[in-house]
Amino acid sequence: MSKRPTSYTEGVADIADIVEDQPVTLWSDVRSKLKRDRRFWIAAVMIAIFAGMAIAPQLFFTDSISPTQCNLSDSAQTPSREHWFGTDILGCDYYTRVVYGARTSLEVGMVVGGLTVLIALGLGSSSGYYGGKTDMIISRFADIWFSVPTTLGAILILSLFGGGGPLVIALVLVFFGWPDMTRLVRSTVIGGKHRGYVRAAKTMGSPGRTILRRHVLPNGIAPVLVFAAYTVGGAVGGEAGLTFLGVGLRLPSISWGLQISIAQTRFTSDPYLLLFPSLFLSLLIGAFVLLGESLRDALDVKLEDG
Amino acid sequence: MLGTILLVFGMVFLAPGDPISRLAGNKPLSPSTIATIKERYHLDQPFVIQFFDYLKAISHGDFGATFTGRDVSDIVKERFPVTVKLALGAFAIDVVMGLALSIIAAVKRRTWIDSSILVYTLFMITIPTLVIGFVLQYVFGIKLGWLPVAGIQGGWQSYILPSLTLGLGFAASLGRLGRSDILDNMSGEHIRAAHARGLSRRRVVGHHVLKNSLVPIVTIFGLDIAYLMGGAVITETIFNLPGLGQSLIIAVRTGNGPYVVGLVMISTIIFVFTNLFVDLLCARIDPRISYE
Repeated sequence: MSKRPTSYTEGVADIADIVEDQPVTLWSDVRSKLKRDRRFWIAAVMIAIFAGMAIAPQLFFTDSISPTQCNLSDSAQTPSREHWFGTDILGCDYYTRVVYGARTSLEVGMVVGGLTVLIALGLGSSSGYYGGKTDMIISRFADIWFSVPTTLGAILILSLFGGGGPLVIALVLVFFGWPDMTRLVRSTVIGGKHRGYVRAAKTMGSPGRTILRRHVLPNGIAPVLVFAAYTVGGAVGGEAGLTFLGVGLRLPSISWGLQISIAQTRFTSDPYLLLFPSLFLSLLIGAFVLLGESLRDALDVKLEDG
Repeated sequence: MLGTILLVFGMVFLAPGDPISRLAGNKPLSPSTIATIKERYHLDQPFVIQFFDYLKAISHGDFGATFTGRDVSDIVKERFPVTVKLALGAFAIDVVMGLALSIIAAVKRRTWIDSSILVYTLFMITIPTLVIGFVLQYVFGIKLGWLPVAGIQGGWQSYILPSLTLGLGFAASLGRLGRSDILDNMSGEHIRAAHARGLSRRRVVGHHVLKNSLVPIVTIFGLDIAYLMGGAVITETIFNLPGLGQSLIIAVRTGNGPYVVGLVMISTIIFVFTNLFVDLLCARIDPRISYE
């Protein structure tokens, strides 16, 4: 639009053309930005591959090798054509075991991400929108929870209650991790609740819940989405860390943290046992971090020229 | 603060299983022994009274004793220096590298230097502490043999790799946040005025920009302490440093409940106090922030 309209009517016609050609909404703008963003595509492809491994790990094997089919005489072989990633100490094919590990990690990541968003939207929006006593109680609780470092708290609970499956670990991570996002939602809701359209809706007599759901939250969802992507990545790393420390999953579960922990004892002689689960773990976390980065740039209007 | 202690204590209180049978390793005990233990540890009292007893004890610095009879605070005293050295090393790397990265990236904005720093920081943020630790240990400790692989026998050099393990990740995230904050500040009016007055770039960045970016950076330090504590547990386990984190894991593996509780409690209290300190520090740096 560098061409300056010569007359008033021409200008109006120009604008009308543009509007008719392409109605620019927030989401279509975001979509087109994401489409152009290489980071988004890398992240999407990686997450899709890992999701494939989690849902249908069989697809990634050439023949019918399974992660529980082990042969002790093949113990700790280096990578070969038969065993792409070698074999572990018990003679199990390492490639299949690493692929199966994706399921655990994604399960934990998704549960943590989903639950945290739900809790944060519920608590954060009511605390931000209603203010007063509700806000005070929720914020106080968030402050208290926030002051227990997540890893330490998780170690404490898991060691007292004696570990559990991926779901238990996910719940523990949510239990200590919810305050961050709740605070984020609270501040975006406070920032958005005095806008004109919210006041207009209030004037027309919409009840508080409806206003919150239809006007305040949709306009404040962007930072939550970005933060959720990071949360998933963090949870994947958290599970691996806890499992590595011995308070998370135990054998016979298949998890990258467990593989790293077992490989640690032999990593001078068989470094590849450490390499592959570490690599997959880093790639999966990296995919979610990249996703978060591209979402942030596409959604955040403030950083548009940065 | 009180709430935090209550939260940790409550979790322990609600944990399943009978503490007495755990103490005895799940072997049957005579009723009289059980009664004695119950009385000694006030286990027959209701929750509230137990909680206040506990508060009274920790205000005297008594965090309980382990199953082997040693005071938790004794072990902490013995192992604390190791963890503090590790934390200081990590923070030194964090501050020096993080600030350097953010200033360079912000000043050289949109050049190849900026974008390579961006890629580097993204990379470092992505890789979990667990993996960085093993990579450093393998490359510098085993393959190149430059630095001690584990333990603290090598004096201060033993702390280099663990500190790097913890510090590199922090430095990367500080670098990113610092960059965007410095850029925000650089577009301010007072910066344009300083440029117009003909001040050198070095002086403008050093005096006018950095001063304004100090508060968010210090705040990040405070929050990093929580991650530092979690990371220290993993790092000390990888490098076999006899610090608090390692002893925590040993306690978990041997089922030494009281020690785990005492240690988590102490760490949480340290975290709360450092954050209080950071808040006060911010108020000193920026007089606009005040706490009534």
